[in-house]
Amino acid sequence: MLAKRIIPCLDMKQGRVVKGVSFRNLRDAGDPVKLASWYDKQGADELVFLDVTASREKREILIDVVKRTADVLFIPFTVGGGIRSVQDIREILCAGADRVTINTAAVLRPELIHESSRTFGSQCIVASIDVKRVYVKDESQVSDKVVLETDRGKCWWDIYIYGGRQAAGMDAFHWAEKVVELGAGEIMPSSLDFDGTREGYDNVFLRELSERVNVPIIASSGAGDPKHIFEALTIGKADAALAAGIFHYGDYTIRQVKEYLAGHGVPVRL
Amino acid sequence: MLPLPKVAIIDYGLGNLRSIQRGLETAGASAIITHREDEICGADALVLPGVGAFKDAIENFKPLSQVVLNQIKSGKPLLGVCLGLQLLFTESSEGGIQRGIDVFRGKVVRLPSLKVPHIGWNTLKILKPDNLLFKGVPDNSFVYFVHSYYGDAEDSDDVVTTTEYGINFPSTVSRSNVFATQFHPEKSGHTGLCILKNFINYVKA
Repeated sequence: MLAKRIIPCLDMKQGRVVKGVSFRNLRDAGDPVKLASWYDKQGADELVFLDVTASREKREILIDVVKRTADVLFIPFTVGGGIRSVQDIREILCAGADRVTINTAAVLRPELIHESSRTFGSQCIVASIDVKRVYVKDESQVSDKVVLETDRGKCWWDIYIYGGRQAAGMDAFHWAEKVVELGAGEIMPSSLDFDGTREGYDNVFLRELSERVNVPIIASSGAGDPKHIFEALTIGKADAALAAGIFHYGDYTIRQVKEYLAGHGVPVRL
Repeated sequence: MLPLPKVAIIDYGLGNLRSIQRGLETAGASAIITHREDEICGADALVLPGVGAFKDAIENFKPLSQVVLNQIKSGKPLLGVCLGLQLLFTESSEGGIQRGIDVFRGKVVRLPSLKVPHIGWNTLKILKPDNLLFKGVPDNSFVYFVHSYYGDAEDSDDVVTTTEYGINFPSTVSRSNVFATQFHPEKSGHTGLCILKNFINYVKA
């Protein structure tokens, strides 16, 4: 039976892990390679590295981290953050990553998804999308958008780019369907409403997305406790859950999360 | 000290081979990535990897296929992985009907499930626990899959493990000195490394 995947996400800046890790037994908690190995031993199903380095000049540092990680890690890992071109993707995959995630670059030039999935295969290309709810009183004003009922009112979901700073004014579901058509192998939606709140994931969005597209969905952002992850994987119908804070701050271990899920009937790799 | 067994990973221009090289090295082999006939013939064992589409793969692989077939016939151990497994079958329907090298009789067909590709950790139902690849690997162990097609083996004697994804498809096949897995042992953590070690131990014997 196919297990749901639990995927820790490491944000990296100039080759060092950021986001305040509190690992007491790790000698160098800022070293992404050591942290990756540690998460592997903890039972992570995959890993995601997000490069949040502002300047693209320090790209060699990222490539070096990817190479050193690939040398010691025997589970899949995905690299994202500032990927702009087929050449960027080639460098990262050749360095040893299994997949890349593309966000803003795909919105600005959708052809990039088509070109890269043709060249490297759909399974290497994850479309990352940042979404934010836009609540509406009058549905007829947004007849071209997918409007759904939530516990906070009716809304549609807008796509954001540039690290969640700029609204693209595009319906998120239509965009997701388009990237899948273009060849994306998986979609990783991140909710700007829920990210960092520790209140859970946007399960209304996730569920609708899962029913509209035929590729695996990796729910990103919002987990505060194992119950949130459980809900994303069941109510939200996601195939995998990305989590950062909940693991980095030591609130829960991967094993605790997986045992909770298994105890509630969710297939996991233990 | 005995020299490490030499494994040649066949490079036919598709996909990153560093992971499988690292996996084999960790399993106790000396692994080279090559498309040279002399290096393929000089190796103690071969690995046929692959990521991507069958059509491109078989076209790229054609120049080497006769050499590899001869090596197989001579008894050299070969491990096929993912797309590598599919190339060993009779034919594939991916991108139009393409012929494989017919080591395992059967057609490569698309998974009939709703969500394709099949991505993630799934379990192995080990039908033949005596198969050397699975020494020390418990039934229902998890391994990592990323694929949309599978080899529908005609001869059930060839099927070592099956995995459930909509249907029960062959996840490992083997016949004499040829082994092939639909999953990626180099991405399957501890279980995958155990399988690679078992293959290397067979090569050493």
